[in-house]
Amino acid sequence: MNPKSILILFAFIALAACGGKQTGDAASGALSGTVNIDGSSTVYPITEAVAEEFQKIQPGVKVSVALSGTGGGFKKFGRAETDINDASRTIKPAEDSLAKANNVDYVELMVAFDGMAVVVNPKNDWCKDMTVSELKMLWAPEAQGKIKKWNQIRPEWPNEEIHLFGPGVESGTYDYFTEAIVGKSHSSRGDFTASEDDNVLVQGVASDKFSLGFFGMAYFEENRDKLKEIGIDDQKDENGVGPILPTVETVKNKSYSPLGRPLFIYVNSAAGKRTEVQEFVRYYLTQVNKLSAEVGFIPMTDEETAAVKAKWETFITSLPTQ
Amino acid sequence: MSRRFDGNRIKDKVFQWFGIACTLFGLLMLAVFLISVLKEGIPRLNAQFFTSLPSRKPEEAGILIPLFGTIWIMVLTSLVAIPLGVASGIYLEEYGKKNRLAALIEINITNLAGVPSIIYGLLALEIFVRILGLGKSLLAGSLTLALLILPIIIVATREALKAVPKTIREASYALGATKWQTTWFQVLPASSGGIVTGVILAISRAIGETAPLIVIGAMLYITTIPSSPMDDFSVLPIQIFNWLSRPQKGFIINATAAIIVLLAITFILNGIAIYLRNRWQKKVKW
Repeated sequence: MNPKSILILFAFIALAACGGKQTGDAASGALSGTVNIDGSSTVYPITEAVAEEFQKIQPGVKVSVALSGTGGGFKKFGRAETDINDASRTIKPAEDSLAKANNVDYVELMVAFDGMAVVVNPKNDWCKDMTVSELKMLWAPEAQGKIKKWNQIRPEWPNEEIHLFGPGVESGTYDYFTEAIVGKSHSSRGDFTASEDDNVLVQGVASDKFSLGFFGMAYFEENRDKLKEIGIDDQKDENGVGPILPTVETVKNKSYSPLGRPLFIYVNSAAGKRTEVQEFVRYYLTQVNKLSAEVGFIPMTDEETAAVKAKWETFITSLPTQ
Repeated sequence: MSRRFDGNRIKDKVFQWFGIACTLFGLLMLAVFLISVLKEGIPRLNAQFFTSLPSRKPEEAGILIPLFGTIWIMVLTSLVAIPLGVASGIYLEEYGKKNRLAALIEINITNLAGVPSIIYGLLALEIFVRILGLGKSLLAGSLTLALLILPIIIVATREALKAVPKTIREASYALGATKWQTTWFQVLPASSGGIVTGVILAISRAIGETAPLIVIGAMLYITTIPSSPMDDFSVLPIQIFNWLSRPQKGFIINATAAIIVLLAITFILNGIAIYLRNRWQKKVKW
């Protein structure tokens, strides 16, 4: 560890200590009120975990977390119906103008990263990378019953049947993959082995030489010894040239595109004036790294956490007082 | 002659056995379902399960909030649906003229009872949640379910009123009673058993509904027991749905335990319905 990072670490320990004391005080001066959250089902597990922990120290605050999806959530957020919106992408211009039209001002806070690994069997010595268009050809609804062999993707690959594994169609992971690869959420071939239990997918790919599957990076990291990840080339040079392997680093710097993305929460500034919302977001940002890792996402670095915390504090002090 | 006779007897036997097989099939399926649910869920039913808030950890999660939500929904839905439904039934049966309009209304009400519940959810999303601005509150949920069971209550009320012999009404009129007095003092008490049974069965249907409540946005994570009709809420079926969609095995067990609780509530309600029906049947003699 270099001296600089040790210094940062100390700063954090000090900060965490202060934070702990602050929340302790807040708990004795119990807050009330409501925090109304909607939005992405991908971010939902993180927010749910934060809400659950927050409830233990602030039982008087009514926190409700719904999951209308990022877009559905932004519609409500833009009409000031919710205080916080979970988002698995940044706000779109149309959503921003809806908010502007309703005098909704907001702040965007990054909370975690999400990545998806495309994996093959470790004995698979031919497939080291794929382009997004190859993945699209393989997973598009039109591929059903047609693209059945490895050599249909690249002629030099073996003339063997390809066995596909993926998360169940009810999962956000599936939505995310289909949107990024096929171009339309919830649209893919149906003849693949689907399971809501990622462990089943891990076992499936690990025991079949001619298999290919995808799931959240968290599961790949845990099962690194049984699987082999492949590089993804989105053929856009601005996101890094050539195939890129999913790592914490490439997900964060967006070069692992399109299967990596940052996750956000958006906070309404009118709501940001309320003490319970301020405390909740403050608590969210102190706990999110621990909790997001627990529910399978890539936590932010200490620097990023400090920056987003500072952004929040600056934002609430900049708000005009009521 | 005797051969045809034998043939008919065989047909009779075959149909008898077919009927028995059909009955047993239904019962068998129910038994398989009940046994598997009970086997998996009963060990999970402890005090912690009833008193805990929702959690991302299956062993810490409980049904406190959805249980209270279900009770709230039951009470509020009854308050809205029973007076409206029973009064409509009485009007249509006792007061309304039997003309083409009445026939049209009757057909529509019967049809409404068969409309998929999700359609009521969509209607409620627009009217209660958006236009009336109730949000995804208990009140909005109760009004939605009240709409859903209104046709059932109306039909049940009308059936119960039809079962009251005409002679009772005529005797009442003969003594100079008005229509209102006849209805209130003679017809309603005589038909209460049927009405109450219908109402309770309708309510037990309402508390098992998931789809319309998901449509109005009740699929959410909340941390406090609702304390007013304007609060956000969750109910048991939604909690079961939520748990079943999670990958961890522990949540599946939680879901089966919650199914047992929901089944118990439904059985108790149906039991009350049967008890009341029997009691009233004994009391009313004509």
